[in-house]
Amino acid sequence: MRRKTFWKFVGPSIFLMVLFIALPLCGVFWQSFFLSVPVVEAVEVETCTPGFPSQVCTTVTKSQAVLDEFGRPVENTTFVGLELYRSVVNPEAVREAFASRNPGAILRVDFWRALRFTLTFTFVTLPFVLGLGLAIALAVNNSTQRLRGPVIFVSLLPYIITPVIGGISIYWLFVGDGIVTQLIEGLLDRNVSVMTRGWAVEALMMFYRVWHIAPFAFVIFYAGLQGVNRDTVESAMIDGASRFERLRYVIVPHLMPLIVFVTLIHLMDSYRVFEEIVAFNAQSQRISLQWLTYDFLQPDDSGNRAIGRAAAASMLTMIGIVIIIFPVLRRAWRDHRA
Amino acid sequence: MIRKLTFGLTLSILAAGGAAADCAFENDVPIKVITSAFPAYKAIADNMQECGNVQVELDQEVRTKSAPALAADPALYHISSVHNGTIVPLLNEGTIRPLDELVAEFGQDLNPNQLIRIDGKIMAIAFMVNMQHLMYRKDIFDELGIEVPQNYDEVLAAAEKIEQAGVVDYPLGATWMADWNIGIDFNNLFVGYGGTFVNDDNTPAVDSEAGRKTLEMMKKLAAYMDPEYLVADATYVQQQFQLKKIAFSNFWASRAAKMDDPNESEVVGLVATAAAPAAEPGGIPAAMYSWDGFAIAKNISDEEAEAAFRVALEGGDAEMVEENNDLAIWLIDGFEPTEMADGAIATIENGAKPTPSTIWRGLINDAIEKNVVEFMTGKKTADETLADIEAAYTTSAKEAGLL
Repeated sequence: MRRKTFWKFVGPSIFLMVLFIALPLCGVFWQSFFLSVPVVEAVEVETCTPGFPSQVCTTVTKSQAVLDEFGRPVENTTFVGLELYRSVVNPEAVREAFASRNPGAILRVDFWRALRFTLTFTFVTLPFVLGLGLAIALAVNNSTQRLRGPVIFVSLLPYIITPVIGGISIYWLFVGDGIVTQLIEGLLDRNVSVMTRGWAVEALMMFYRVWHIAPFAFVIFYAGLQGVNRDTVESAMIDGASRFERLRYVIVPHLMPLIVFVTLIHLMDSYRVFEEIVAFNAQSQRISLQWLTYDFLQPDDSGNRAIGRAAAASMLTMIGIVIIIFPVLRRAWRDHRA
Repeated sequence: MIRKLTFGLTLSILAAGGAAADCAFENDVPIKVITSAFPAYKAIADNMQECGNVQVELDQEVRTKSAPALAADPALYHISSVHNGTIVPLLNEGTIRPLDELVAEFGQDLNPNQLIRIDGKIMAIAFMVNMQHLMYRKDIFDELGIEVPQNYDEVLAAAEKIEQAGVVDYPLGATWMADWNIGIDFNNLFVGYGGTFVNDDNTPAVDSEAGRKTLEMMKKLAAYMDPEYLVADATYVQQQFQLKKIAFSNFWASRAAKMDDPNESEVVGLVATAAAPAAEPGGIPAAMYSWDGFAIAKNISDEEAEAAFRVALEGGDAEMVEENNDLAIWLIDGFEPTEMADGAIATIENGAKPTPSTIWRGLINDAIEKNVVEFMTGKKTADETLADIEAAYTTSAKEAGLL
């Protein structure tokens, strides 16, 4: 392709990526070093509210935002360096936890609790997604032509469902006297409350993610399997290679670039785990880094939100993603050059 | 053919006119409204829409949506539902308008009790009060000879008795979902034990004797509840009542009518209400009450504001109350308290306090919610919980300019 044609095709995409991804990212990065504090004054306010039989009026000293001449709250924005990162990560609590030889105590800090769950979630689901995806792909590849269509359709179903909807339907199977809970109760002959066990909720969320994403891995691997060299497989068979040996030495090496690709996508996706927390109502038991950012952004009852800390938390999430995908990216780069 | 068509059109126009006939005036200014989504607001919304050109969104998340929507210029909604808590950001950012002139011109039928005055100016119109109070299965209480509990020691005793009798799955219900729901219940008990959330200089005061007693009581109460209480919101508890799974609960007044709804409930006529129990014998009820009503956006034209105000009044007029008397504890003239309203009125008469409308309330509630959840799941001790509440509040209060 000529250079000019190349830029004509790629240019608009790069422009949009800069506009909608790179610039906002820089904005968030910038924001994470600044704190906007509204100016508040203490005033005596008389408030009259309904009562029985008649109104109650109380006068209290209240803190109230100062408004400028346009009726907007006055804010002081100051550069605070890493202060917001510090209040998210809470290094004092970490130091204290290690000094008192009780490292588990850092899980009292939301960030570390979220990081613990996010990492477990990411790395536990990864092998299952790869393994299950490959297994389905091999099964479909070896099934007869007539069955293939329906099998592919059924295996793709979980991937088609909107994540939150799929999550909620599994949640309903287990919450309260859900169908599955009743089954378990019948088997064990005692009352079971799945949602009161942190580990059970965590396991359910992981199960859901594997169930949801495995079809994606399956489609990619299945496409890859179509390109396996028949001659190599046949000569391996003549050499007396068992089924497993053919898989280990012929098929997997052939699929390796695709395995790296699926790993990369899955690491990035699952490090941003969020829908599961919402769908499984899991915030009392488990939170993720993305949930933490969302929670900072959510205004509380009086309309306050911690935008600075949300910016810091989302930068930390991004740094985390870069760290975990770095080894995979390096591998992909080496393969590419080789 | 053409004649037939014209006839049909005329008919449909007449029909549309008929629907609007219940409204005292013909509204020709397009009005957009956002309100909470419980049954009382649904009734008000239906009545407002009769005036024509009114578009209402019933939304569970008004508390997070109304502040940014009204801060836009022009505001995205003309009318927003507000209560003690949600009015704070609107006042703080100056996005709602004083209603004194409109009340003088159009508000002859308003009960003085409905006018929410802040610093002498009418900033909102209240339509109803809402709170949690005792709802109990009178058949079970009568059968087992249990007196209506007056304080939380008696609540525990009653729960124990019902547990022994084994008449329901779980004696107690509570809206302890791991969000603002459980925060409110902590607050109710905390106030009942005489606690203050924040000192005059905005420093936290939760780490106190009252805080410890509250957490201790919550642990004791949890033993009598469905173990999955951290996913129990108001609808969950309502269904527990309706399906005969629980015997009593300190529960939202706005849901009382649902107990007697023959379409969903198996306990029609079996649930009675009483004042919220005191935390300690002789104390004030462990419940705070709030009002619910409407405010009008500032960033709209005066003409729109006038139309919006008239539409809002039309939504909450005596006619609406007459049709929906049981849906809420209305403040509007014409409300006739039923037996189901006894609990709410008794709670206020026994000295319950209104929920404070301040900036710190949201901050401290946020800190309370999260840490109380971790206390209930056993991740933190009572001392750690209270210390962490204060630490979390201090961090966010500094960012909000309070400290």
